[in-house]
Amino acid sequence: MTTMTAVDLSVRIGTLTLRNPVMPASGTFAEGLDRVIDFNRLGALVTKTITRELRTGNPLPRVVERPGSLINAIGIPSKGIAHFVEEMLPYYAAYDAPLVVSISAPTAEGFASLAAEMSLPGVAAIEANISCPNIEEDGKAFAMRPEPAEKVTRELRAATALPLWVKLTPNTVDMPEVARAAEAAGADAITVANTILSMAIDLKTFKPSLGNIMGGLSGPAIKPIILRHVFQCAKAVRIPIIACGGISTAEDALEFMLAGASAVQVGTATFVQPAAMITIIDGIAAFCMRREIARVAELTGGVLIEEADEPDLAWLNPPT
Amino acid sequence: MSWKASVVAELAEVVANAPVNAEYRHLVARCSDMAAMAAPGQFFQLLCPQPMGEQPFLRRPMSVYGAHPDRCEVEFLYKVTGAGTRGLDSLEAGNRIDLVGPLGIGFTLDSNWQHIVAVGRGAGLATLAPLAQAAHARNIGVTAILSARRPELVVSVDLFRRHGAEVIVVTDAESTSGPANVERILRRLIAEKRCDAFFTCGSSRLMRVQQRLAREFRLPGQVAMEQQMACGLGLCFCCVRDFNIAGEIVQRRVCWEGPVFDLMEALP
Repeated sequence: MTTMTAVDLSVRIGTLTLRNPVMPASGTFAEGLDRVIDFNRLGALVTKTITRELRTGNPLPRVVERPGSLINAIGIPSKGIAHFVEEMLPYYAAYDAPLVVSISAPTAEGFASLAAEMSLPGVAAIEANISCPNIEEDGKAFAMRPEPAEKVTRELRAATALPLWVKLTPNTVDMPEVARAAEAAGADAITVANTILSMAIDLKTFKPSLGNIMGGLSGPAIKPIILRHVFQCAKAVRIPIIACGGISTAEDALEFMLAGASAVQVGTATFVQPAAMITIIDGIAAFCMRREIARVAELTGGVLIEEADEPDLAWLNPPT
Repeated sequence: MSWKASVVAELAEVVANAPVNAEYRHLVARCSDMAAMAAPGQFFQLLCPQPMGEQPFLRRPMSVYGAHPDRCEVEFLYKVTGAGTRGLDSLEAGNRIDLVGPLGIGFTLDSNWQHIVAVGRGAGLATLAPLAQAAHARNIGVTAILSARRPELVVSVDLFRRHGAEVIVVTDAESTSGPANVERILRRLIAEKRCDAFFTCGSSRLMRVQQRLAREFRLPGQVAMEQQMACGLGLCFCCVRDFNIAGEIVQRRVCWEGPVFDLMEALP
């Protein structure tokens, strides 16, 4: 018999308080979803990635499905800054959920100037998608190595007073080091992570299934991998972590919070169940009621691991 | 301001799921009022059951074959071509089907029109079918030119006729489905003042014929386009196509800005 009557679902990401820990992943959210769900029920709203330049995106096909997953190579189509400021910002102003603007640029300086320009009334936070290719590093993503990640974060930090979230890529061997670099350079939070570089081949045509040849894997299939990344990054940094990778149920979200996330982003699940975020919010609340957890924020980092328990990762580095 | 959904995500009940010919199957589902309000040219995203050994992940877009607010039913016509439709094929009366819709922008009918022409092929025959009832309800006459490989594979003939439409079947087997013959039929209809607008789906060759005639005779037209989709709600930008908007090539999302577009703006 429970004595609790309500659960406090609010979470804090630095100075920003969200009414609950659930928000969309950038690129999987736009105004069309308001036909199915009430945006004011979400913890935050996250825009598609905005770039300074106009981008048409990649050649088709842009997606291919695999069991429990989706590979996409959309290519960040963007209508540029003016379209966002004139059309999208007024649209999102009608909602009281905080608006997080995702940005991307090919150089650290480009990131900084875009962040400065996007620091507008109505914008609650900037999420810098530093998983994109850096033309100053031979096309390698900023988040592949700690040094460029630190440099771009430092320039972003100097350019905006808004809360700064830095979105990392799982396509690097040392994510905790990159996370530490972002923290040292002044990020308020890190988003862990992005899609996993992958590929599919069509056996009818012998051609790659995607117009871009390679794309990013998302969906339930990647959840255990990203969960491990969140767990490792949580041990490396003190700033909040926003988990993103294969979350489709309340149980998934709860696992990520126990691994160390303060909030979660839901992306691909929305394509399959457009009301997934609402189902997840309700499911988290129901779980907390059942387990008599008064504040959902208490779950963050709550995974129980004995002091002496260290995972044996020796098999990853076999003796040569 | 209180928010209200205008697209439903729900479990509908399968009323029937049976073959109509060697290729197409007809699925009828009992749904909510809002789903049953679907307009001609709109579509639903169906979550297909997993057939043995296959795991379709995304929903499958399916244009509305019929929508009946009076009895809360929607109908779909589909051909089994892949994992998703193989899953749909397994549904039986009484099963549940997870659907999201109605989605997209459908056909629009102008009450000043006296007579329209619908030209379809393949899956396009299903997409055009609900126009018959909608036009009939507005006292607009319809001539439907239905194209298929063989006469026994043509669908929607009875449906068009039931709503008073004239039906002309053209087939590859009888060598009547080529663009030249369809153009000849269309020119006759235009000359007889029985073509105030073109409606088409399912063949870029036939679309091009209609674009040419629409330009020549200054007639309006609408085309329902197809493209691989993921979200169906304009979120992901995977279903874009190029359109010619006043001489400029512009990308549009088929699921969101369409699937019905101005005939003159469509590119094959």
